[in-house]
Amino acid sequence: MFDWVQHIADWLVYDVLNMQAKSHLAEALNFFIYDSAKILILLFVVIFFMGIVNSYFPIDKVKNYLSRNKLYGLEYLMASAFGVVTPFCSCSSVPLFIGFVRGGIPLGVTFAFLITSPLVNEVAIGLFIGLFGMKTTVLYVISGVLLGTFSGAILQKLNLEHLLTPWVKEVLANAQREQDTFQAEKKTFTERLPVIWREVIKILKGIIPYVIVGIAIGGLMHGYIPEGFFEQYMNKENLFAVPIATILAIPMYSNASGILPVVQVLVAKGIPLGTAIAFMMGVVGLSLPEAMLLKKVMSIKLIGIFFGVVTLCIIISGYLFNLIL
Amino acid sequence: MAINNLNTMTKIIKILGTGCQKCKSMTGVVKDVIRENNIDATIEKVEDIIEIMKYNVMSTPALVVNEEIVLKGRVPTKAEVLDFLKN
Repeated sequence: MFDWVQHIADWLVYDVLNMQAKSHLAEALNFFIYDSAKILILLFVVIFFMGIVNSYFPIDKVKNYLSRNKLYGLEYLMASAFGVVTPFCSCSSVPLFIGFVRGGIPLGVTFAFLITSPLVNEVAIGLFIGLFGMKTTVLYVISGVLLGTFSGAILQKLNLEHLLTPWVKEVLANAQREQDTFQAEKKTFTERLPVIWREVIKILKGIIPYVIVGIAIGGLMHGYIPEGFFEQYMNKENLFAVPIATILAIPMYSNASGILPVVQVLVAKGIPLGTAIAFMMGVVGLSLPEAMLLKKVMSIKLIGIFFGVVTLCIIISGYLFNLIL
Repeated sequence: MAINNLNTMTKIIKILGTGCQKCKSMTGVVKDVIRENNIDATIEKVEDIIEIMKYNVMSTPALVVNEEIVLKGRVPTKAEVLDFLKN
């Protein structure tokens, strides 16, 4: 599918720049051009597709749906799945949380959405396809959705409503399954397209530098770290590897775009995929800046419990990945 | 004459957002439009989450013109803002 990208990379490096075909530098450069182009194309396609989906299913519709329908336990899965198609901006997490609570959506269901939304997003999916292939991507998306589902259900069982801040409790007391109306639903596709297009370009512009730097660092590491280097320290038999990787990841706040290309090289050099994915999920799914924002709606204790449950679920899914793959 | 009056009335613009990058971009765009087109308007930044939630928005930034939400969740173009302010 990407043969033509390889041809362009070959042509640029060996013909235009006239470099020696067997030289180390030429091969590294060729790999870098090919990888960057391939990943940017995939990112463009996935972000554009998600933009279309999101234009027809804005967050208000998601809220109305969850608020309106009795789903008999499936609401956690639905909320989590909606989290995949809704782009997440951490600065919107508080208004979103309140909107859900006000709509009478149970706390656990709201958590399910809040967990999956940053974890499985358009940028992560595009990068995953490019770096790890389709099979691993599908596994990542499924495990992300299940992680949100189970974490949400567990958090609901813990009855945590009393740990919300006072004004949110008030919102909760007045919650009603209301249906908000929203504008802009009756637009044709051609009317939507310019808006979607602008958003795609904006997202891409924001992440391109990170992706390029990530791939460059990954490329350098590729050439200098010997094959199987990490196997001696972080093999599958090492039971501490997954928890350590997850906990190390929590204070790291980076967007997936910069860190994924590096993770891919670590996997290629012997770190088990499950361990690497647990690390990834910790980086994108649990961030301290986000926790600070949530302080407006939750007590510190509730944020702690929230993070604790998600961390535990990430560790479990890391072990599962290592078992399956 | 009555219609003319309506158009020249000072518009009250509110930008709802907790101070993220997108909110800052939106404020910039709105300010530019007002200055470039000599529109009579006041801009108020609403950063308190409790105040923001009174407007029932779930994605920020949101643009409010004369107490009506006209856009939410993204940064508008200048043309869009001009359109909102002319109507």
